[in-house]
Amino acid sequence: MPMPTRRPLHTTLLLCMTAAVFGLGSARADTGKLVLTGGVSSIEGASGGGISPWAVIGTQATEGETGVAAYVSRATTDDYRLNAAGVAVGFNDRLELSLGHQDFDTGITGTLLGLPGLHLRQDIAGVKLRVAGDAILDSDTLMPQIAVGLQYKRLHRSGLDGTLDALGARRHGLDAYVSATKLFLAQGILVNGTLRATRANQNGLLGHGAQLGGADNGYELQPELSVAWLLQRNLAIGFEYRGMPNKLQRAGAAAGLGDGLRADDWKDIFVAWSPSRNVSITAAYVGLGRVVPATTGNRKQSGAYVSAQIAF
Amino acid sequence: MTIRQLIAAMTAAFCLHAQARSVPAPSAASAWPVAPAPGLYQAFGERAGLRTLMDDFVVRLKADPRIGDKFRGTNLENLAKSLTEQLCQLSGGPCTYNGPDMKTAHASLGITRADFNALVEVFQQSMDAKGIPFARQNQMLALLAPMYRDIVTVR
Repeated sequence: MPMPTRRPLHTTLLLCMTAAVFGLGSARADTGKLVLTGGVSSIEGASGGGISPWAVIGTQATEGETGVAAYVSRATTDDYRLNAAGVAVGFNDRLELSLGHQDFDTGITGTLLGLPGLHLRQDIAGVKLRVAGDAILDSDTLMPQIAVGLQYKRLHRSGLDGTLDALGARRHGLDAYVSATKLFLAQGILVNGTLRATRANQNGLLGHGAQLGGADNGYELQPELSVAWLLQRNLAIGFEYRGMPNKLQRAGAAAGLGDGLRADDWKDIFVAWSPSRNVSITAAYVGLGRVVPATTGNRKQSGAYVSAQIAF
Repeated sequence: MTIRQLIAAMTAAFCLHAQARSVPAPSAASAWPVAPAPGLYQAFGERAGLRTLMDDFVVRLKADPRIGDKFRGTNLENLAKSLTEQLCQLSGGPCTYNGPDMKTAHASLGITRADFNALVEVFQQSMDAKGIPFARQNQMLALLAPMYRDIVTVR
């Protein structure tokens, strides 16, 4: 008797939450956030900028409402491709639950490791709680909106598992962050600062921490900054910076790779456009620094990022 | 100090500062700590321009499918007149608003945050219709937005 096919947990959750998007979306078409004030979907699923979570609660739902949002995103750099998709649910403009899936095409790196066609896939479950302030309406004080969040990341099994084990990197990990978001309304400038406690290598796609060669395996605090200028009600441009741990460099050196596993901070410049109240489209030029430079000629990875979100 | 240390320090300082004053002071419509941007009153066409804007605004409010019901028994003429005085004073014009404070005026209306946001959107539509530049719109909204603390009564 054949074994019943088991659908991975993330697929089931994604299906449920996507159904919720359309179910809730049609039932609650009148949720009432102002355009773009819920941010866009970050690559990890939390609402914010493209690479950093903000203190805003995503979706179109404001106080007393429940909203849902779904996104698809794609980044293409010199040597890699990343596809991401996910959903978020916002409750009462207070609590946000998100689920993201990432599929990273390792390109030449996989081939040179003897793993042609290697894709690294991870799921990210996020929770974010707004604890104080109102990013948009408290325009007479410097008080920002503040939120705290957790992101649990889990890599799927892949041909890279043996390598990660050898480096002493775990396949799952937890990030914790605090974000402060402030719209300087009279100036039309939004600023977000996030401090993240993390030990994720390349956002978790190369595992968490490293132990080989006495590498620093502990949590570290990384700063993230986003600045956006509102050009029109539905159009913003800006830039982002995200500090990244570099735990694999030392482990890589111990494995005889020199600086071949070095990681750099991430940056981007973006434009976000909301053609209607339920749709936003983000395009960015991203610089991810070096990502496994051992196999990519020490190149810095830069390229294009596009993301589309529907939110109710 | 590297850029990342600088950003970390700034973020930490910002959060600490914010935490220290995380209990917002009670607001009073008569004591806004924010000064109007220079030339704001003129950019809105002074009193006459504000009155034209408010005449348009109140009609849109009553017609709005989300919040129109809240204005069913409202005398639009009086509302436009009162709002004109209020915006005139807020934006730096030579007017004195003599109407009720925002808390008293909205106490019995059961205004939600969604209602407040809808009103902001209708106001933006009116400003668009009158050709007020986006930057000027935001300067006016920055003076009005904190009133949500007194106007939104359903939390």
